[in-house]
This record gives sequence, C-alpha cells and structure tokens, in this order.
Amino acid sequence: MTPSMFRNAALGAALLWTGAAMAQDVTGAGASFPAPLYAKWADAYNKATGQKINYQSVGSSAGLRQIRGKTVDFGASDIPLSDADLAKDNLVQFPTVMGGVVPVINVRGVTPGQLRLNGQVLGDVFLGKIAKWNDPAIAALNPGVPLPDAAIAVVRRADGSGTTFIFTNYLSKVNADWKAKVGEGAAVNWPTGAGGKGNEGVAAFVQRLPNSIGYVEYSYAKANKMSHVLLRNQAGNFVAPDDMTFKAAAAGAEWQKTFFQILTEQPGKDAWPITGATFIVMHKIQDKPAQATAALKFFDWAFSSGDAMSAELDYVPMPDAVEAMVRRQWAEIKDASGKPVAVK
Amino acid sequence: MTPLAAVAATLAASPYDSHKMNTERTLPRSQPPRFSLTGGRLADLVFAGAARAAALLTLSILAAIIVSLVIGAWPAIEKYGLSFLWRSEWDPVRDEYGGLVMIYGTLATSFIALVIAVPVSFGIALFLTELSPGWLRRPLGTAVELLAAVPSIVYGMWGLLVFGPILATYVQQPLQSLFNGVPVLGALVSGAPVGLGILSAGIILAIMIIPYIASVMRDVFEVTPPMLKESSYALGSTTWEVVWKVVLPYTKTGVIGGIMLGLGRALGETMAVTFVIGNMNQLNSISLFEAANSITSALANEFAEAGEGLHQASLIYLGLVLFFITFVVLSLSKLLLARLTRHEGLRT
Repeated sequence: MTPSMFRNAALGAALLWTGAAMAQDVTGAGASFPAPLYAKWADAYNKATGQKINYQSVGSSAGLRQIRGKTVDFGASDIPLSDADLAKDNLVQFPTVMGGVVPVINVRGVTPGQLRLNGQVLGDVFLGKIAKWNDPAIAALNPGVPLPDAAIAVVRRADGSGTTFIFTNYLSKVNADWKAKVGEGAAVNWPTGAGGKGNEGVAAFVQRLPNSIGYVEYSYAKANKMSHVLLRNQAGNFVAPDDMTFKAAAAGAEWQKTFFQILTEQPGKDAWPITGATFIVMHKIQDKPAQATAALKFFDWAFSSGDAMSAELDYVPMPDAVEAMVRRQWAEIKDASGKPVAVK
Repeated sequence: MTPLAAVAATLAASPYDSHKMNTERTLPRSQPPRFSLTGGRLADLVFAGAARAAALLTLSILAAIIVSLVIGAWPAIEKYGLSFLWRSEWDPVRDEYGGLVMIYGTLATSFIALVIAVPVSFGIALFLTELSPGWLRRPLGTAVELLAAVPSIVYGMWGLLVFGPILATYVQQPLQSLFNGVPVLGALVSGAPVGLGILSAGIILAIMIIPYIASVMRDVFEVTPPMLKESSYALGSTTWEVVWKVVLPYTKTGVIGGIMLGLGRALGETMAVTFVIGNMNQLNSISLFEAANSITSALANEFAEAGEGLHQASLIYLGLVLFFITFVVLSLSKLLLARLTRHEGLRT
C-alpha cells in the first residue's frame, strides 16, 4: 500500500463516519410517472436541508414489491391499493400529485383539439372495431372535420404501466365491450396496435406514423406538442386536457372516505375523464422510524413548497383539503412501540 | 475483436492442427514434474485446484441459473406444463399465459436475420481476404467491425425512426399493391404500413450480427494456408473454385462457429428488437409486416410491472425457454460439426 492509498483509505473512513453521523439517505422506488417530479423535489429538498432522497423509477409493481420486501423506505405506485390489500400487508398509502392521460393523434388536416371523441368510440378504436378515420361513428361526433379515408394506426404501451392502468380503467368504465373483452390492468391483452416502450416510445410512434392514435401522460403530450383530442365527460361536455380539468376531476372524489380513488370518469362539468393520482405506500409499523420520519418530512415539505415545481412539470398538485387529510393520516405510521413517527 | 479472433482461432483449427495440439497438450501430463522442489509441487497443486475451481464455478453458476429459473417459473410450469409452448394467449388481466407468440417471434426474426446476414457476411469476408486491393482491406475490415461497436439501442432507434418508414413506404406498400389478391404472397405482406414487425426486426438483427459473422469468417479465411490456395490456383482454379473447394472446406468449423455466434446474438438481442418488432402479443396473420413480439422484448417490457404470481412466473418461464432454445442451437451446431468431421474422415 502506498502512502497515498493510505491517505485515501483514511479519508474514505472519515467520510463514512461523518455520513453515519447524519441521517441516512431516504430511499424510495416505484412508479415512473411521477419520477421526474420526485427527482426535482429531491434535488430541491437536498439543497434546502442537506437530506438526500434517492428515488428509483422502477415501475409501480416493482415499487410495491420493494416496499413489501422492506428494501426501500417508501414505495410509489400509480395504481392505488385497495383498502383490503393495504390492511393485509399493514400498509398506508397517500396521493401526492395528479396527472391526466391524453389520447393523442397524428392525422393530417386535423388540428389539436379539433377532434371530439367519447368513451364508446375511443374504446371501439382501441378494440379495432372502428378501423377507419372516416367511420360514421367518428364522423357523427365531428361534423365538418376533414376526416381522411385511412386506416387508424393504434399505438399503445408495450410495457406494463400505471398510465395503461388509468387508460384501460377508463375504457372499462365507458365501453362495455372493452370491459368484457380486455378489462383493466397495468398490462392488458391488446386486441390491436403497435406497442411503444414508455410514454416516449408511444409519443415517438404517434409522431412518426401517419393516421395514428395513442395515449400518453399529459406532460409528454404537452412537451412534444402533440395533437390532443377533446373527450366527452360524464356530464356530457367535451373537455380539453389541462390543469383545470384534472383538478375538476379530483374535486368530485370522496377522499375523506378512502385514498383508494381512481379519478377516471368523475362527475363534474369540467372534469377530464382520464385523470389519475399517483400514490406513496409505506409500512404502518416502521422498523427504522428515523428513516420514516425523514421520508414524511420530505413529503411534508413537498406539499407545502413543491406545488410550483409540480406545475412546472405539468403535474397537478392535490387540493389543499386532500393534503391536510394526508398529513392527518401520517399519524397512523408508527414505530415498533406504537409512537407515531411523524413530527408535527 | 480479440475474443472473436480467439473463438475463430479455436474453431478454425483443422483436424491436423487439433491432433498436433492434443499431443502437445498431453506431453506434459505424461511427464509429471516429479523432480520439482516441494514448493513447486505445492504451487502446482494450488494452481490445479484454482483452475479446477474456476471451471467448476462456471458450471455451478450455469446450474444455479437453471435452478433459479425453474424455481421462478414453477407456478407457470405447474399450471401449463409444456402446453405453454403452443398456447398463444397472453392476457395479464385474466391471468392466462402462453409463449407461442414470443417463441415464434424470436425464431422468425433470428431466422430472417441469418438468411440475410450469412450470404452478406460471406461476401464481405471473401472480398476482404481474396479480392480486395491491399490498401482497402484494413479500413474496410475496421469499418465492418465498428458496426459491432454501435450500441443496440442506436440500431433500435434508427430502425424505428429511419428504416421502418422506408421499409413501409418503399417496400411494403408497393408489394401490397403488387400482390393484392394473390393468396399466400398477399397475406405475407398484409397489415397496416407502419414499418414495424417481424421483417423490420429481422433486418435490423441482420445488420447487427453481420460484423460478428463477417469478422469471424474473415479471420478463419485468413488462416487457410497460402500453400493450399496457391496450389489450387496453380492447377488453374478460379477464385470461386478456390474459395468453394479449398478455403470453405478447410475453414467450415470456423464458419459455422461464426454463424452460431451471430445466431446466439440474434436470439438474445433485446433493445433493438423491442423498438421495431411492435410488441404485439398476437399471432393472427403470417404477414412479415405484422407487429409481433419476441421473448427478450416481452421480458424487457413486462418484467418491471409484472405482478407477483403467474405473470412473473410465465415471464421467467419464457426466459427458461430462451435458455433452452440457445442450448438446442448450440448442441445442433456441435452435432453438425461432428457429422462434417466424420464425413471428412471418410473422404480422405
């Protein structure tokens, strides 16, 4: 061992020691949809407090697997767990932000927001039952829109995804045929269409393929300036996807009953029908209460100072009332002796 | 390219060479180091032990992989047994799984890749060793090898954004109008012209494996003794006759080894295929332009979000099937080589 190696080793040991003296990094894993926001929050939080939050965007199911296996301090999922599932594994969940899923099209001559669809027609398109853009069912909703006599190229996710869950959940609610033949899930047996990997894959396919239709997270549609469609919501109005219509969808949900809320096809005259929240899942009884406290502090900070960052990235913050409910629910997270870990 | 060259060199060893090598290898064993000092003997023992341990470690890792695959796939094996191989359903919502679509996609794309890559690689290798002017050899050879250095995701993106549209517009659509109404050919080119599917994936794979096959072929063509070639030329053979009757028979082991190397890569390639195959779990047409799925692509796409239970087990089962396919391919190539060598013995 050379002297310099000795020095490096000593330095490393010293660094380790100081690292141990501070709170350890908080680790989380799960949904890819909120990952850009969690990363931004974590970065800002680290600058503000020195606490590191390490979030791995591995997918909702993998995140749930990791939190069940207790390899991370918090899991994240786009698919809420039912109350029964939560009780079974002694978990709690709470929503952090919302977003919308947007059907996007690439049809020459049709401008963004010009095409109007309803759930029945959208479902039939993704079922392959409506195969041409000038199908009477589409034309009936769009008088005066120059619809081409061309085959519809359906694009959907190839990978399992919370986005797909929200989308197929919506289609199952509004199209009986879809519910019977395909159903809802993070991955489904798609009757037709080409599969793209990730939101970016679907966005690339739709932009490249003429006469295509796909679905992506709102932020992707906006960032790529994709042509969105108007959807008819439960109240019968055609709405465009934006912050206001997502918020309107969340307003109708009964958060006080349970956080198990899937925000698709919500009542409300302005509600965007394919809205969803994303969730954090934690253990009720914490083996490492210090870690849980650090994680909750992070989310507390995110709720109070992270809204501007959410808006910047086109996520919709939860309404204040819901954030207050979440904070109250944190009292359920306790250490082994039954003391709540959350600090007021 | 050094590992390739090493593979090629081993594979290219002719029966005479291997015979010579064997005697060389057995010589020290017949004269064990009895006269060495105890320290030397100890070092020898340690070395033998370490070498044996390394070999056993590889074997045990292989066994461990198989065992963990079988354990992981057990729920699916228990439920479907071998029928998994010919069930075409893949429905995560209803929890029904079968691997036929992916197995078909993997085999079909690899087959197309080989059909394209083998003649092209043969041409490249032949040109580089026999026909090319000296000054072109090095740059051209390096350029071909550089193809192997391109990350597979780049091939995937290129296939999706550039190659797919070209294939759809200038190949599929003309073929569709040409074969409109023709029974089998029409079905082969049917489907929406999106540029994704078995053929795109096969062609992209072909481009990816060409450098492997070509450089192995070139390396083994180069080890053909000039004496043999020159004798043949002296007897009045054309270049083609020399290649076909002297070089190829001399190097066939290496050539087949190179092809198998390429096939192995084609079977296992993930990222590039995922981009261009369309990821569609259905087998409702024989069209080469229809979106399909491959084993590796299904694994890459679905594993992260596969719930515990049958979905995950079925994906692991697919992995096991791929393992098995590669194993069968490797065994078949060994068998083929063994048969070729035997015939050689009969002829001489």
